[in-house]
Parts: sequence; C-alpha cells; structure tokens
Amino acid sequence: MRTQSRAVTVGRLPDLRWRPVEIVFWAAAVAAFFLFPRYLVLGSQILITGLFAVSLDLILGYAGVVSLGQAAMFGGGAYTAGLLATHGWSEPISGLLAAAAVGAGIAFATSFLVLRGGDLTRLIVTLGIGLMLYELANQAATITGGVDGLSDMVVGNPMGLFAFDLAGRTAYAYSLAVLFAVFCLCRRVVRSPFGLSLRGIRDRPERMSALGAPVRRRLTAVYTLAGAVAGLAGALLAQTTQFVGLEVLGFSRSAELLIMLVLGGTGLLYGGLVGAAVFMIAQHFLSGVNPVYWQFWLGLLLVLAVFFTPGGILGTLASTWYRRRRPR
Amino acid sequence: MPGSLPGVLFDGIAYGSLLFLISLGLSVTMGLMSFINLAHGAFAMAGGYVCALGMERLGIPFLATLPLAFLAAAAAGALLERTLYRRLYRRSPLEQVLFSLGLTLMAVAATTWVFGPGHQPVRLPGFLLGQVRVLGIDLGVYRLFLVGVVVLIALLLAALLRGTRLGARIRASVDDAQTSAGLGIDVEGVFFLTFTLGSGLAGLGGALAIDVLGLDPTFPLKYLVYFLLVVVVGGAGTIAGPLVASLVLGVFDVAGKYYVPGIGAFVIYGLMIALLLLFPGGLRRSAR
Amino acid sequence: MSAVLRTVRLSRRWGALQALREVSFTLEAGARHALIGPNGAGKTTFVNLLTGVVPPTAGEVFLDGQPITWLPPDLRVRRGMARTFQITNLFPNLTVLEAVMLAVCERNGLGWRWRSPVTACGEQIEEARRIVRDLFLAEDADTPTRILPYGKQRLLEIAVALALRPRVLLLDEPAAGIPGGQRQEIFSVLTGLPREVTILFIEHDVDLVFRFADRISVLASGSILAEGSAKEIAADARVREVYLGEARDA
Repeated sequence: MRTQSRAVTVGRLPDLRWRPVEIVFWAAAVAAFFLFPRYLVLGSQILITGLFAVSLDLILGYAGVVSLGQAAMFGGGAYTAGLLATHGWSEPISGLLAAAAVGAGIAFATSFLVLRGGDLTRLIVTLGIGLMLYELANQAATITGGVDGLSDMVVGNPMGLFAFDLAGRTAYAYSLAVLFAVFCLCRRVVRSPFGLSLRGIRDRPERMSALGAPVRRRLTAVYTLAGAVAGLAGALLAQTTQFVGLEVLGFSRSAELLIMLVLGGTGLLYGGLVGAAVFMIAQHFLSGVNPVYWQFWLGLLLVLAVFFTPGGILGTLASTWYRRRRPR
Repeated sequence: MPGSLPGVLFDGIAYGSLLFLISLGLSVTMGLMSFINLAHGAFAMAGGYVCALGMERLGIPFLATLPLAFLAAAAAGALLERTLYRRLYRRSPLEQVLFSLGLTLMAVAATTWVFGPGHQPVRLPGFLLGQVRVLGIDLGVYRLFLVGVVVLIALLLAALLRGTRLGARIRASVDDAQTSAGLGIDVEGVFFLTFTLGSGLAGLGGALAIDVLGLDPTFPLKYLVYFLLVVVVGGAGTIAGPLVASLVLGVFDVAGKYYVPGIGAFVIYGLMIALLLLFPGGLRRSAR
Repeated sequence: MSAVLRTVRLSRRWGALQALREVSFTLEAGARHALIGPNGAGKTTFVNLLTGVVPPTAGEVFLDGQPITWLPPDLRVRRGMARTFQITNLFPNLTVLEAVMLAVCERNGLGWRWRSPVTACGEQIEEARRIVRDLFLAEDADTPTRILPYGKQRLLEIAVALALRPRVLLLDEPAAGIPGGQRQEIFSVLTGLPREVTILFIEHDVDLVFRFADRISVLASGSILAEGSAKEIAADARVREVYLGEARDA
C-alpha cells in the first residue's frame, strides 16, 4: 500500500525549495545535449511532448478533470505559430506567446462545456471538441494546408541568436529553455494556496464549496492555464520542426498523451516528463521496426498496467477517483 | 445516391439503425455496469471480419454469416467478460478507459497483422442489391433489409425485456444493482449475459455494416466517437434513448454530408454536444 | 435574542416523496440547538437546504435577516455558515494540516494566490496548527486523511469547519460511529466554543443531546413535531410515541 499521498512534498506543506532529485533531473536534461548529439531531434520532441503532458497533468493530476481533447489547444497553438511564420512573422518568442494566448482562448471558450457534467460527459465533450477542431482544420485547407499541412514556415532565430540547424541543436536548447521556464511557472502554481485548493477540488469538489471556494471558477482558471501551456507546446513543435500537420489535432495525440501521463504518474508534474521520455524513446526504437508490433505491445502494456499496478503508477489515479462514492 | 429529401431521410434512418444496433450493447454496459468500454467497436469489427472472411474463404452465403458473426462476437464477449472485464467494474473511469483503449489497440494491431490493413470487401447476394420503388421513392434494397433486421431485433429485445424473467432481472439490475443483489438476483450473471448479448449484437451490426461503413482494422477507433456519442447523448442504460440519438445522428450525418458537404462532420459533433448540454443525463435517463 | 438563522415554510419534495413539509424554524443567536428525530425524518435534507446544497421546492431561508434561499453554498460560507457532514467528506489525499490550511486560506481570501508557496503563509500556518492541536490531532498533522482512523476523521471534519470561524455551525451527527470514550473529546471541544458561535447539531445519542443542548427540535416525517427545552421534550408524549413507535416496528 502506498504510504504517502503523492503531494509535491512528502508529508509537509508545499514549498518551493528545489529537491536534489529535481536538480539531477534538469542537469541530466542539459547533459543530454552534450552526450547524445545524434538524438537531439528526438530529444526536443520529448521535451515538447513533456511540456504538453504537463498541461494535461495540471487539469487531470491536480484538478481531476479528465480530458481526451487536450490536442485541441495543442493544435491551436501549433497552427497559430505556423500561420504566423508562414505569413511573414518569423520572430519565434512572440509566436510562442500568441500560441499560448490562442490555446488559452480555446480552453476558456470550451471550459463552459467541459466543466459541466461528470467524468463521462467530459470525456465525450473533450473528445468531440478535439474532433470538431480537426474537421475544421481539415475543411479550411486553404488556410491550414489541410492534409498536406503547413510547410513553408520561416522561423527566425530565437532571441536573435542561433539559427535552427538540421542537427537539432538550437531546437533542443530552445525547447529546453522554454520547457524549464514554463515548468517553473507551473511548479509555482501547483505549490501555492491556489494549487492546494485545486487538489481539494480534485478530491472532493462539494467539500470545497462547503469551504467557500468558487469551484467552477477555479477549474476554469486552471483549464485556461493548461490550454495556454498546451498551445505553447504546440507552437514549439511547429517552430522546431517547421511543419504543422493535421495530426496535431488528432485523437491519437490526445490518447497517447493520456497514456504517457498515466505511465509516468499524475499529480507530480514530473510524471508527464518522465512518461513522455519513456514512451517516446520506446516508440522510437520499437515502432520504427514495426508499427503494428508497437501498437500491440502498447495496448498490452496498458491492459497489464491496469491489472497489475493498482498500487503503483495508477495508484495515484485510483485514490484520486475513489473520492466519489457512487450512489447506487 | 439519395437525390431527394425522403431518400436522404431514409438513408439516414438506415445508417442510424445500424449505429443503434452496434451501440446498444455499449449502452447497456455503461448503464448497467457503469463501465466505459472503448473497446466495444472491436466486437463489431470481429463480427465484420467473420462475415467477410466466411464469405470469401469458406464460401458461406451472406445471410448465413450473420448468425455466425453474432455468435463469434458473443463468444469473444463472454470470454473477455469472464476473465477481464468483471474484475474492473469498480475501478475508476480513467482506468476503465485505459484498459479498454489498450484492448482496442491490441485488437487493431492484431487484425492488421493477420489480415492486412486494407478494406475488406463484401459481395452482397443479388437479391439484396439494387433499388425498389416504395411510395414513389427509390430505396436501396440493402438499406431496407438493414432497417428491417434492426426493427425485428428491437422488437425481440423489447419482448425479452418486458415479457421474460430475465428481462425483468435486467431491468431491476439497471435500476439498482445493489438492491437487486439483495433481493437474490444474480447480478453477476445478469452482467455476464447482457455483456455477451451486447457484444453479439455489435458483431451482427459489424457484419451488416460492411457495405455501409466499410471494414478495415481501424474500424473500432474510427467509429468509436459515434458509438460513445449515441450512448451518452441518448442516455446510457436505456434502449429508447440511444435509438432516438442514433436516428438523429444518422439523419443529420447523411443530410449534412449531402447538403453541406464541407462542414458535414462539424455539424454532427456540434449537434451532439449541443444535445448533451441540453440533456445532461441523456435524452432518456434510466430510472435511478 | 435575535434569530440568526430562520426558515419560513421550507419544503422539499423529490417526485412523490415529500422530504420536508413547510418547516418554519428559528435558530437564536448563541444557541446550542439540537435537531433530533427518527431515521428518514429529513434532518440531513434540512441541513442541505440550509447550506444551499439542495434547492427548496418551496419556502425561504434567512441568515441574519437576509434572504439566502437561492444563494450558492460557497457564498453562504462566506457569510459565516459552516457545516460538517454525516458521512465523512474529507480530502483523501491531503494531510490533516493541508485540509485545515485549505479552510483557513479560503477564509482569508488566499484561495487565488498562485505566486507564492503555501509555506509562505506563516500566519495561516500558525492558526492551522493551533486548530489541529485544539482538536487533539497534533501528532497526525502530516498524515494523509485517507489513512486516518475513523474517530480522528470525525475530529478533522470539525476542525475544518471550525477553521472557517463560522458564526453559524451546522453539525450533522458529529460523533457518529465513534466509540464512547472519544465522543467526550468531541463534545468537550464543542462545549468549549464561545457563545458568538451559534450551533445547530443533529445527533442520535440522547445523552449527548440532553447534556449539551439548551433547545431541542424534533423532526419527524418532514415536519417539526415538537420544540422546547430538554425537560419539555423528554416529557412530550408525541415524541416518545414517534421514537417508541419506531422501536416497536424495528
């Protein structure tokens, strides 16, 4: 049985001190730049997906909102950055900020639909929203490039410094810097009184109301924040690969994200990063050989994970969700 | 091609009845066991492949493959319910999603591996082809057949639920599983039978759907959202709810794609989400 | 004495079931008022209506003379009402201290503060620790609620409600399911509360009710059957009928 709740601190109130394991983590990320020069493209993909996973963790791990549609904001941000770069605005940092704003906007606009109703409704609604945006992007092919995607992006040098190179060095450093900055912000938010209230909402929303907390508004706020982070991650992807395809809005992106976060562990913020790394490294080496093989073993892994790790990775989820006694 | 409003309507009804047939099992599972089974489409796919391959490799006539599809899918459902699903009824929704997603991926991958990624064609028997003129409109024979089969099955199910003891037990368990168990109803057995039956119906629907929806290994994922929408919007645990929802979705989907081809799909999702918000518990709630 | 909480013909029906019928009730300032009655009488429904968890089908609720009938639960809390739950309704993954901190922070309007960590809220932490100590939970301060024994969870329920510094405290069977010895702890804390806090509590334990309450209302089948001091209620034949009738059927 698990002994501690997986709060960001172990048995004490949340603070902002950097634990040694965190420092090791980030040092390793920096070291990877020098140690694996031939895998930097994969590396930056991992960092970007990790950031995307952090956005899902904010709403799922910390606030208890299930979503199969986080790709809607991710794709929205990707297309924003892509369209800016295609139409002459090549400054990347402002592209990121614009994408974050769009992601936040989509999240805010849809929050009224998503935050109504129970988990099942949320699953369907977020799934539906993601699919709607996918269709929309598909139909608006003149703007989005449709199935072929946006590819004539011109992305300038971040901070006017290094140009994006084929080896992916600039991409990796850029992604890492953005990831770290945004991660620190999210880390601050989840360890604050606001973050504590989110965890309370995740555990028992009606009890939070009974404490005087405006539950809906808090959830809207974190959902919007998560949308901004997802949009930012999408923009990063667009800028570092200089391409945006329809799959940034696809269901498989949302589903894979969920899997990554769950494997890594929800409610820890680092779980998404670890899950993304493990998943994508495995996918890179196994899927290239035979995508069907990869798909099958991934499915099997999920099935086994649900059965055999009730106290492990998914234990966090279990206690998150056992909050509600089902009125039968 | 439909060509006229009644024609479009009829096509939509045919499409909707097919969705209903497949989604019925999902509605019961979600209403009765509160289990989110994303793998439901895989049972439909299984039925579809039994039909297509039975015809192609074993020369079995189309109509004869239909009960085989039902039985094969039902058997798969029975096996999986006994071994896997029944241990997960009390787990969180997220774990159920992950489990069923994993099963789906395995099914899709295995099917691709064994049968290849391409579409499975089906050659319908001659008497089901072509059109027939009914009340001045040209209707496809196969679609008429579809609607007929679904109506027949719906009537049989209604008779089962209203007229038999098993049906009464099912209805009681949907209403309140705990009390039903307390009254001596073998709720586990009811779960088993309904899951098996629902999977069988999905398999039958999958076989019938080959001509209308197509069949390839990605079938479970491609149409997953429609099955979920139909059940959630219609109301899990009821029969009338998903029936209405399927017909609405079917008609609007066909009409949308015919009259406004650009944004057809968009209309569907928008409509379903709007319905879901207007009727948060589903169009028809099961009595809780 | 003025009425702090008042209901006028408050009713609630669920389809054919009339859970509460036209309950007109007054809670005086500083009272120690008990609400008793057989199971299914509507006591928890009444509290749910008072706190805004459930809307009434008829009637009104007034707090300090102001109508709050349609006010959502969180706003009623902001006006000084707090409650505990009959079925422990705490946060499984939060520690005892975190749960109390939540209440203290909400009361101080810190629920939106996102820039600084929880540990930076020194004053609130001190207050939370004090409450935890007063409720005999000091040694469990860093224990997740999930693994707390039942009796301590009930204490935590009260701690969280008290952390809101309510003027009106609604306790739904605060000592439910707790063995005899520990009930004393709970009620000693409650007796120790200042008279500025008005208390309404639902309780089944007749001893506790007669020892602690200065006024008792009896709810049966959704209506108030009798109201008065402990002596008056004990002598009331109708009350005995309702309870004895229950015992006869049981």
